[in-house]
Amino acid sequence: MPKHELLLLKNMSQPGYTGSLADYERAGGYQALRKVLGKIAPADVIEMVKKSGLRGRGGAGFPTGVKWSFIPKDHQGPRYLICNADESEPGTFKDRQLMERDPHQMIEGMILAAYAISAHTAYIYIRGEFVLGAKILENALAEAYRAGYLGPNILGSGFALDIYMHRGAGAYICGEETALLESLEGKRGLPRIKPPFPATHGLFKLPTVVNNVETLANVPYIINRGSEWFASIGSPPKSTGTRIFCLSGHVKHPGNYEVPMGITFREMIYDIAGGMRGDKPLKAFIPGGASAAFMTPEHLDVKMDFDSVAQAGSMLGSGGVTVMEEGTCMVWASENLLHFFNHESCGKCTPCREGSLWLLQILRRIDHGTGKMDDLATLLRLCGNIAGRTVCAFGDAEIAPITSTLQYFRDEYEAHIREQRCPFRPQPAPELITVGH
Amino acid sequence: MLIEKYKDKIAEILGRYPEKRAALLPLLWLSQEEQGYLSESAMKEIAGLLGLTPPQVYETVTFYTMLNRQRIGKYHIQVCRSLMCALVGTEQLLGWIHAKLGIKPGQTTPDGLFTLSTVECLASCGTAPMMQVNDDYYEQLTLEKVNRTLDDLKRDGKSSLASGPFMFPEASGVNR
Repeated sequence: MPKHELLLLKNMSQPGYTGSLADYERAGGYQALRKVLGKIAPADVIEMVKKSGLRGRGGAGFPTGVKWSFIPKDHQGPRYLICNADESEPGTFKDRQLMERDPHQMIEGMILAAYAISAHTAYIYIRGEFVLGAKILENALAEAYRAGYLGPNILGSGFALDIYMHRGAGAYICGEETALLESLEGKRGLPRIKPPFPATHGLFKLPTVVNNVETLANVPYIINRGSEWFASIGSPPKSTGTRIFCLSGHVKHPGNYEVPMGITFREMIYDIAGGMRGDKPLKAFIPGGASAAFMTPEHLDVKMDFDSVAQAGSMLGSGGVTVMEEGTCMVWASENLLHFFNHESCGKCTPCREGSLWLLQILRRIDHGTGKMDDLATLLRLCGNIAGRTVCAFGDAEIAPITSTLQYFRDEYEAHIREQRCPFRPQPAPELITVGH
Repeated sequence: MLIEKYKDKIAEILGRYPEKRAALLPLLWLSQEEQGYLSESAMKEIAGLLGLTPPQVYETVTFYTMLNRQRIGKYHIQVCRSLMCALVGTEQLLGWIHAKLGIKPGQTTPDGLFTLSTVECLASCGTAPMMQVNDDYYEQLTLEKVNRTLDDLKRDGKSSLASGPFMFPEASGVNR
């Protein structure tokens, strides 16, 4: 297959690259900032990002330039930029690498984004577990201040920006942008009802843009090489640029791989990630993090872009591709994911809070050999009562593993119930894994 | 008391935000790093510093899994149990730790050194199975690596097997 040009992983792939300011500058870093400050108007930067077609890399895929343009033009006073570094979607581990190996790339993107929306304060909301990443970013911010890339008068342009680190403390939901805002304000991370949207009523009720780490890391490249260039990569017009896909599970070579959007899952799994780890063939895969519906070998030729995956009934989501070989129990897999969703449901909306526990309990009894045939209809009825009835997208996410495995592997559920045991495991799973909260 | 020991640090933290309450998580972290957990008196002190009621602090603390309301072992082992790790060895990993330390999730060794928990995804799915011990990640774990890590921690308080800065695969830039 053709070699792809790397963007975001390029610097860190060079031997000896440490991610220091000096290394980043030697690789052409902060040139985009020099090109923009005092020379290109903020509105024109937004226009460039709009034209590039860049869409959010956190999961929802919202067009980045459009998001920026929603900041009210007549608003006087503070507005905020937040980098969402709360990477928590099971199966996703790209932002961690971007932050730990090339922190200035993301920081330059943040400065450009802040300039575009005229924000003078920005926060990096990083998940609490990323202690090393937070330290690396703290150091990188200090370097950027010393070099005049941050502070009251950046590169003599008159533009002022401060960036602060803000550590989370263990809550998946804080990756949802309004829950993140609540958390940053010092509260429980409960998502807000939208509208109003963060663009008008965000952090401290002021206009706010929240962008993912990988999204922001793309911005310097768009400035340096132009919107048209960026828009020609991938599957234009809806899926432009590269994506860093995170391969996990039963593949031979798991890891982070940056490719133009639009290659097929077959190319990704078999050519790039080396195929299956053993002699067992592929049984199923999750294309975009735990919130995305399962797919099957029939979907291997689906293109890895936003629209193609959506048409195939799932979503590209966060880019976390989890591969499962034959012999993996699909009831067990959905039970595992529902344990996650039940644990991480914030508790604000009844359908999600109560529903996730019901779903988990039913899956558990099916997996452990005490399910009833009626349970399958109950599962689907519950799923139907959760989807679309919650404040945030978590409710839709938590049903995806169940509805999709029931669609493609209903016979497995039925076998569990008929045989009153898991057909894949001779013994019940050891009870080492803790249950509930 | 936090305020006496960290006067300047607290002033710096408060200076990051236009509203005081936003400083709550950073102050809770500061307190937990100092004491190992968040005592009721620490939470009350932080409430006073931010002009909040103690229940406002408490209700926030209970939302976040990393904030401890009681003392735990000196080394907190957190094993990822989410699907991506479970596919390639969470159960085995818990078994190895149990064999070595005699504890199951939720338990602490009698000497108070190790507490074991299972947690949800820690963004280490390509390098599974994994565990986080206090601030550090340990990835691509094998029986030997787990034993060495736990021995190192017990003997030296740290282990050279901790991973990071993270990149996987190391040569991920070179597309095969």
